[in-house]
Amino acid sequence: MSDTFEAVYRQEVGRCTATLIRVLGDVDLAEEAVAEAFVIAAERWPQDGMPPNPGGWITTTARNRAINRLKRESSRDDRHRAAHHLHTPDMDPDPDPELDSLDAFVDVVADDQLRLIFLCCHPALAPDAQVALTLRLLGGLETPEIARAFVVPEATLAQRIVRAKRKLRDNHASYRIPRAAELPERLGAVLAALYLIFTEGHTATSGDALVRTDLTAEAIRLGRVVVELMPDEPEAVGLLALMVLTEARRAARIAPDGAMVRLADQDRVLWDRELIDEGHDLVRACLRRDQPGPFQVQAAIAAVHADAASFGQTDWTQVVALYDQLLALRPTAVVALNRAVAIAEADGPDAGLRTIDGIDADQLVEFQPYHAARADLLARAGRAHEAVDAYRAAIRLTTNPTERDFLARQLDGLVDPA
Amino acid sequence: MTNYLISVWHDEEYEVDFTTEDMARIGPQVDAFNEELQASGAWVFGGGLNPASSATVLRADAAKDVSMTDGPSAETKEQMGGFWVVGAADFDEALEWGRKATVACEGPVEVRPFQE
Repeated sequence: MSDTFEAVYRQEVGRCTATLIRVLGDVDLAEEAVAEAFVIAAERWPQDGMPPNPGGWITTTARNRAINRLKRESSRDDRHRAAHHLHTPDMDPDPDPELDSLDAFVDVVADDQLRLIFLCCHPALAPDAQVALTLRLLGGLETPEIARAFVVPEATLAQRIVRAKRKLRDNHASYRIPRAAELPERLGAVLAALYLIFTEGHTATSGDALVRTDLTAEAIRLGRVVVELMPDEPEAVGLLALMVLTEARRAARIAPDGAMVRLADQDRVLWDRELIDEGHDLVRACLRRDQPGPFQVQAAIAAVHADAASFGQTDWTQVVALYDQLLALRPTAVVALNRAVAIAEADGPDAGLRTIDGIDADQLVEFQPYHAARADLLARAGRAHEAVDAYRAAIRLTTNPTERDFLARQLDGLVDPA
Repeated sequence: MTNYLISVWHDEEYEVDFTTEDMARIGPQVDAFNEELQASGAWVFGGGLNPASSATVLRADAAKDVSMTDGPSAETKEQMGGFWVVGAADFDEALEWGRKATVACEGPVEVRPFQE
């Protein structure tokens, strides 16, 4: 039961919160109401069984509890209206008719989620606040998990979320989908936030599993909604392609015992051909528009990997060329690191290490993949002593147990023969 | 309807000189913006300020004795040069006025909501 309950919580909490914000007009009240409804569900569902539409059950329960409490607390209308901190123009505050049929419910919820993601990614918020809010409210992540994803102290992140919510409330931000003219400006932040949700799901910061498929699935689902709403935005299509092509490798990325399998060692028969075909179609569709952006180039890199029959047969020259393009579009230390790893495959571990040594390490010293990549290349270059230090640094920074086990095994393999 | 302060910020050395080419361009832009605000009904109040060097700071201590000093309160390079108070239905509407304000006066503006 608890596994199922956790799965339902992860899948539904963001959607329910999105709808409750519309109903109650207040983010904090919505979060409290949804949390309370899940507490009630945890008591009742083990006895009564899971309802056929758990999200609808949670939404209705949360709404009824919240509205009843607001009515109880004071003369109803004043208090109820006072709770409407966010503007919810032209909306029916009572979702009951929408909950009558599951299909209608799903449609309404999709709109609510889009409203919520544009609210969370409001351009008046700093980008780090946008993604934190999106992960908190739509992804349903707890503050400690988000703090790890951002590599910031929990208190800093908690304050960031509180301030962002307060700013939206004090400014009377509306809970609505932007008009056509506003969409392009709002899109960049939304795509960045979605990709962060996806990468969080791709390597979960908590729990024993390496991957939180609910988060990757949620990011892809929201990505599809965004593409549907904005089919003419090549970067939105590029992001969806990137997520789909990455997701296609999921089954091969985890061994039967739950261990992580590197791209080099993956059984490519396990790759999801249907998702790869979809990803290829999406990459072709956005590249035809000839407005390259970071997500499209990353998707193109993923498409090159998906094309290769084996790791050794990968067109690494093409991958490096695409990383050159990506580095020009987005000159960050993380992109430079990934480019160095591709160079190592094209020209050998020594060339890769020389490229890594040219990156400003100050920005990467607390970044786990930096140490993991260096450790691997040092080991392959026969520099075992340095590799041991790098593996230890990587293990220290790894919060996912599955990934830590993988690194520990690599380290053992290095230490034992010596 | 919520009121928002749209304030204009520029260097403290900024002097309003209506004879310059810049002011010959900016002046009519701001006039047009003011007219648009008034025609839409969003206008509450607005105006330009004399330079920050014309400001006087008054400060009461615990005993309610008031001291007086010369100069603006904030000792920063950026000073408020004028402001509007506009009524808007929501944040995005207020930001839209802010967008038009910064274009009209060719300098950064800050949009900030009043308490209810």
